[in-house]
Amino acid sequence: MDALIEKLKGQIIEQLNLAEIKPADINPDAPLFGDGLGLDSIDALELIVLLEKYYQIKIKNPADGKMIFESVRTMAAFIQSQGKA
Amino acid sequence: MPKQDIPSYFFADAYKHFEMNYPKFHKMDNLSKLGLIATDAAIKGNDFLQRNKPEATAVVMVNKASSLDTDRIHQQSINDKNNYLPSPATFVYTLPNIVIGEIAIKHKLTGENLFLVCNEFDAQLLIDQAQITFSQETRAAICGWVDYDNGNADALIYLVEIADDSIKNTNFIPLNATTLNQLYK
Amino acid sequence: MEVFTSYHNIISPLGFTTKENYSSVLADKLCVKTCRYGKLNEQFCLSIIPDEQLNVASRQIKDALLYSKLEKLSILSIQDVLDRSRLSFSDPKTLLIYSTTKGNIDLLDNSIKQNIPKERAYLFSMANTIANYFKAVNRPLVISNACISGLIAIVTAQRLIKAGQYENILVCGGDLVTEFTVSGFKSFNALSQNPCKPFDSRRDGINLGEAVATLLITKNKNKLERSAMQIVNGASANDANHISGPSRTGDGLFQSITQTLKNNKIKIDTISAHGTATPYNDEMESVAFERAGLINIPVNSLKGYYGHTLGAAGVLETVLTLEAASENQLIKSAGFSEMGVSGKIEMITEHKKANINTILKTVSGFGGCNAAALFVK
Repeated sequence: MDALIEKLKGQIIEQLNLAEIKPADINPDAPLFGDGLGLDSIDALELIVLLEKYYQIKIKNPADGKMIFESVRTMAAFIQSQGKA
Repeated sequence: MPKQDIPSYFFADAYKHFEMNYPKFHKMDNLSKLGLIATDAAIKGNDFLQRNKPEATAVVMVNKASSLDTDRIHQQSINDKNNYLPSPATFVYTLPNIVIGEIAIKHKLTGENLFLVCNEFDAQLLIDQAQITFSQETRAAICGWVDYDNGNADALIYLVEIADDSIKNTNFIPLNATTLNQLYK
Repeated sequence: MEVFTSYHNIISPLGFTTKENYSSVLADKLCVKTCRYGKLNEQFCLSIIPDEQLNVASRQIKDALLYSKLEKLSILSIQDVLDRSRLSFSDPKTLLIYSTTKGNIDLLDNSIKQNIPKERAYLFSMANTIANYFKAVNRPLVISNACISGLIAIVTAQRLIKAGQYENILVCGGDLVTEFTVSGFKSFNALSQNPCKPFDSRRDGINLGEAVATLLITKNKNKLERSAMQIVNGASANDANHISGPSRTGDGLFQSITQTLKNNKIKIDTISAHGTATPYNDEMESVAFERAGLINIPVNSLKGYYGHTLGAAGVLETVLTLEAASENQLIKSAGFSEMGVSGKIEMITEHKKANINTILKTVSGFGGCNAAALFVK
């Protein structure tokens, strides 16, 4: 799981163009959409693209995104639950 | 800025040079980055923004390639049905007026907007189009040519204000086609 | 100086003239249809002008094979207005303004075989091609400002005429349905799979539509058509908030409306809203209308019939509303049945007659832009 989390952090930084952020700056349990990373509605949609691009997971209902993208850890758990880690 | 092939580190260097301190910059496409840098260069060291009310400040931009640089990137993401991954962060920039939006957001400008497309830099066009926005409440405008196509960046941003009932640019050179063309070259 | 709207044309799946479109809309015909589209053959609800219809109409175009779909549609639309107004672009006092978001963007798709030079993907090149067809003396102005392009093209025309630069300006707005735009809006989760429902509680996204519309703006009182109204004022404003989401308090639209109505203490008889049927846009518009004191004024969105026609929208929707106003006709807001926005607005729920002397048109678009314009008989 930890390896997946680290990989995911890197992918998030790249997909969302968070150029001034390093993986070490991201707390895997912190809310992704809190003040920390300053993510917005476009970023939320980009995370859906990330899941398809790197893990071949298609989110049928974007409203599910709220729970899946709560934190890096919840994202990783979701990926593992889909057998795509 | 003269038309030039820009190296990939140009935007990163300019960002540092102008001490922009604006993380959203890195999410933008080339056209918006270019527009933001050129605008910051134009307003640096003067109090144009402080002098003019945000709702009375228009942004008028012109270019040749519209958003084609980013359009090609979006098109690539949908060419192959087996690797079909359109990105909302890219798609939003497939409209040239987004550069105006980014300038407006960064500098909190809530005035008139206009984005025009033309095959070459035309000083008179810019002057005329900015002038007609002054027919209402507009008292100032950030105007310019911002073009990015095939690795070539080409931008000239200038500031216009009404002063003593005449329109001048901030260096207080009389604004007309001749002086604007001189600035452009 | 007074500046007026005059002759006009709409080309859409509902017809190749304003008249055909208007009677179809009154007969509750919709352009938007559920269909399969794109390389992935997915289901969408789109409004697409059938090639067969265009091919028949294109017989009027000299050397039609030289022109792209959007160019042919534009030539036909502009030709209709030139014919009826008896104006010509060889007159230096007559200008073409073209409003589009993506122009010939389908030229970027190499899987579509077209004999059109790729260079025509440049918007100025497309506009010049259209202008050259009519041997225009003036280079056309091209406005590409997201979904507000059409309305600010009309406002720009009014301002240019008032400034004495031209006497007549044809404003033509057009955009196609392409995989480019469909895939992009899909990535935003912004598309509904069913006919869209502006302002309705169950609205779930836009339908994309293709259309071209042309409107003559003129100062010449002897060039006025039956539906002519004065363009009194117009304004645009930016939310300065977010590039794809509107301001929750409708700041930019509120400012556009108040600027437009400033010094015009006039009763608004109807509002042709932007009404795209996204959860956020319609809510924001209703908030802006209420803030501006525009309650109890009949409102509709025409996107329930046409879908969102992007660069054509501001022109098409203005034209149809002008045509209806000439018959004192309010057009039902198609797709609406239950109020789904918090601003106090009055939706037009059936086609009905009313005294219409003034129209307020509003638009909003990506990039935080907004615009409004006031038309008076």
